[in-house]
Amino acid sequence: MKSFKGRVVVPGRIAAEALVSHQGLNTLASFQKALQFGDKEATCGDQNNPDLYGKKMAGKALCLPQTIGSTTGGLVLYCACSMGRQPACMLFSRPIDSLAAAGTVLADVWLDNARMPVVDSLGDEFLEYVKDGMDIIVQDGGVVMVGESYKDL
Amino acid sequence: MKLTDEQRAILDGSRGETLAKVMESLVRYGELFGADEMVPISSKYNHLVTSFGLKALGPVYELMDKLIEAGAPSGQKFSVDPKPLDRNVPSNPAQDLVFKMFMYSRQKDYEKQLRELGLLSDNAFTCTCYMDEVGNKPGYGEVLSWSESSAVVYANSVLGARCNRNSGIIDLMGSVIGYVPKFGLLTDEGRKADWIIEVNTTAKPEAQLLGSAIGMKVMEDVPYVKGLDKWLGNELDDEACTYLKDFGAATASNGAVGLYHIDGLTPEAARFGEELIKDGAKVYVIDDAELERVYREYPVIWKNKDAKPKLCFMGCPHMSLQQLKDWTDKVEAGLKKNGADKVSVPTVFTAAPDVLEAFGKTPYAARLAATGVITSYICPLMYMNNPLSEKMPVITSSNKLRTYTTARYYTDDEILEQITAPGKGRKPVRIPVPGRKKGGK
Repeated sequence: MKSFKGRVVVPGRIAAEALVSHQGLNTLASFQKALQFGDKEATCGDQNNPDLYGKKMAGKALCLPQTIGSTTGGLVLYCACSMGRQPACMLFSRPIDSLAAAGTVLADVWLDNARMPVVDSLGDEFLEYVKDGMDIIVQDGGVVMVGESYKDL
Repeated sequence: MKLTDEQRAILDGSRGETLAKVMESLVRYGELFGADEMVPISSKYNHLVTSFGLKALGPVYELMDKLIEAGAPSGQKFSVDPKPLDRNVPSNPAQDLVFKMFMYSRQKDYEKQLRELGLLSDNAFTCTCYMDEVGNKPGYGEVLSWSESSAVVYANSVLGARCNRNSGIIDLMGSVIGYVPKFGLLTDEGRKADWIIEVNTTAKPEAQLLGSAIGMKVMEDVPYVKGLDKWLGNELDDEACTYLKDFGAATASNGAVGLYHIDGLTPEAARFGEELIKDGAKVYVIDDAELERVYREYPVIWKNKDAKPKLCFMGCPHMSLQQLKDWTDKVEAGLKKNGADKVSVPTVFTAAPDVLEAFGKTPYAARLAATGVITSYICPLMYMNNPLSEKMPVITSSNKLRTYTTARYYTDDEILEQITAPGKGRKPVRIPVPGRKKGGK
């Protein structure tokens, strides 16, 4: 078990299974098909992201450095939150980028039932340590606990 | 963040709950990046990224309805990205059904929303709003609330305007309030380069390939590119601007670049030179082998990797007038060389409606039509993003289109070779091009 401390972007506590992208998440490429064609599990459609392509993103603790690509990224994330297809939380190793920031802030301000805790600046070590399937607990104050199973946490 | 009395009052609800939420969104967005004030937008027009009435984006249209109901139109007229549908572009009945009934069923309603919010004109649908023919071209130092990654990076880098990589919705909200949070690329410090890129190729590198390599390396950082003026010169003429349009789009879609400086060419680099480079900037050397590596590593996700192309898209971002003319010459010459009359792969060149109108007034238009190439104002990306289109073997020299869809990337010369080959399309080929060594893709 290991604990990391970052900055709170959107507050909240949650426990979820880790899904890790070591490269920037292209939000449009990743979510568009899932939103378009009713995929409630939000299967990642980004062919250029071998870490995530074909994996289910909804309900996962999405661990990533930042988001990249089209400036529709923020509104795509906002829509994913509005439709209940968002990750359980988003955990950024780097400071959040402007597109992800827009999407997560818009969801928090304008949507009533789409809480998605977001923590950024968790550091490179976080992304090196965390692996797909690990259990993650997001606590208050930007504390993120990572372990092999919830028993560890 | 320190707000003016007027901004504070809006946040506190003086102009209603909806505008208070708009202000809250912008303030919280800015505070995440350390913005300590909101600054006035100084450009004449805005540019928005969301041009499509996509069924999946229902929540966005509901939010726009709230702005309209609150009597909060954009404070500026705006252009917007290209339309997703055009009858000129080849499609089969199944695609037509999917496009109209399932995907873009809200297009008509959404365009009505855009007109109510401040759409510049019915021709204002393009990702290259900064073309002279379109007229949304901000000046040096102007503050923008734009989105569309390729337009933002062009405005910042080639025009010297100041704009962050805003997301859709945030773009419009800035225009509604009239202010944007000051951070990142709006500040002098944020415009300094984190990377030095040394271009050491033996020939002029493909714009789309070079941009891709840099984008993937620097992500959202600012690169200062040396060695490119050797190929582009020191004047921002039409050829250089076109190159930088395609180069920038690749940096922004393959990475998240919002600003680049080209040594001796782009306005801030020409003015400030290496003063723009931060102490301790990292170095990335790009030579022929590096470009070859980048090209070779693009995934090809066609089921049949040897399939004959069924469609070719050129113009993501939209082509310039000069590009349309140059490609007319190239296609004609290619056909002549190969003893053919018409392109052998259905080919679509896309450009802004105003650019297409200008092109239509030149003799090149009839010549291009005679080759069988179709012109359109469509967004190729929107055409491609559905299960029917993604099964089609589509080729392109756009790295942006490659990134977001199943379209397969080839260099300009390879595309030309394929579309002008005799017969009904030919298998994808790799031909030797300057600046790249031989190798399998």
